[in-house]
Amino acid sequence: MMGKGCWMSSFRLMDKAVKGPMISEPGNERPFQRAAPGKLTAMVAWVVMVGSLILFGLVTSPVAAQRPTPSDDEVNRLAKEMYCPVCENVPLDMCPTQACAQWRALIRQKIGEGLSDAEIKEYFVLQYGDRVLSEPPRRGFNWLIYILPPVFFIGGAVIVLNVMRTMRKNVPGTDGPEKDFLPPPDEVYLTRLEEELKRRQENDY
Amino acid sequence: MTTPDEIQPIPEEKKLPPPWVVGLAFILLLGFLVLIGMGLRRTQMGPIVIGQKVPAFTLTTFDGQVVNTADYLGKVILVNFWASWCKPCEQEAFELEAAWQLYQPRGDVIFLGVGYVDTEPEALAFLHQFGITYPNGADVGTRVSQMFRIQGVPETYIIDQEGRLAYVKKGPFLSLSEIQNAVDQRLP
Repeated sequence: MMGKGCWMSSFRLMDKAVKGPMISEPGNERPFQRAAPGKLTAMVAWVVMVGSLILFGLVTSPVAAQRPTPSDDEVNRLAKEMYCPVCENVPLDMCPTQACAQWRALIRQKIGEGLSDAEIKEYFVLQYGDRVLSEPPRRGFNWLIYILPPVFFIGGAVIVLNVMRTMRKNVPGTDGPEKDFLPPPDEVYLTRLEEELKRRQENDY
Repeated sequence: MTTPDEIQPIPEEKKLPPPWVVGLAFILLLGFLVLIGMGLRRTQMGPIVIGQKVPAFTLTTFDGQVVNTADYLGKVILVNFWASWCKPCEQEAFELEAAWQLYQPRGDVIFLGVGYVDTEPEALAFLHQFGITYPNGADVGTRVSQMFRIQGVPETYIIDQEGRLAYVKKGPFLSLSEIQNAVDQRLP
């Protein structure tokens, strides 16, 4: 409004400077005639006009394209990766409490401001702590939560495989190599054994 | 000459893992057990008890002031945990502000409000709605509430002049006189 008023007043001043002020002469049929324009007046008019243009540009703010309001799907996509601050083990997208509604509104606001998912989560972690996330952040001692279970699982699997392999070797008739409970036969002993058995058989008869 | 009774089976040589593998496995297992123990210890600790020294904490108010409880040693500090989404908190809001108006001129009693997992616009609206003038700030990172190990809101803790927990109120104050009784008993 101020800019438009400045623009119009400077325009009227410019018009008067170029065409000259309206004057009235006695007996003149045209009571108002324009006098000869002055150079000083013209200069002043130009300065006022340019100044108005500059002022108009400074006062008015640039119009930016508005971001579309984030949809519920966009909000819930992020909300399901976070947990309710009040209820235990309830994802934020499913929680009906007022606190959760406020948090979802805050997520919608942050998405509308152009923040990425990671930035929004970081904001919530800073404000409300790590427990708002469904997954512990990967830093500090939290790394043990991601490393130790696979290590223990693999170690346990190796132990189980070793035990099973040992058990298969101990079972006779399996594919494993057979154990030798007897040393290579002693030929002299076998000959003597056979002679003794034959002699006992003959004595019995 | 060997007899069948003297014959023994040939034992198979067992292949043991290297000592460093065994040591590493034990260290990992021990570390895992220590972590579990620390977590269990924390969950089993329960709320802060009366008589226990309360560690000093810092609260940044909604208008940018930084309040450190260490600066108020020698004074009685009333710490009230609240939230805008908490209906019972509304029940005691007026009474707390009325109590603050009574104690503020004395200079030896400080009221601090701690917003618990609240959003700033709603928190400010709550303060404006109930005309609360004592310092209030958000519990950033829920550090203060975890220090007190609160179980919900509203909860009020009174710290005496020696920095020890002197009074705990779980739930809303029902009247101004209840607040006065709680505070006056801690005053000389």
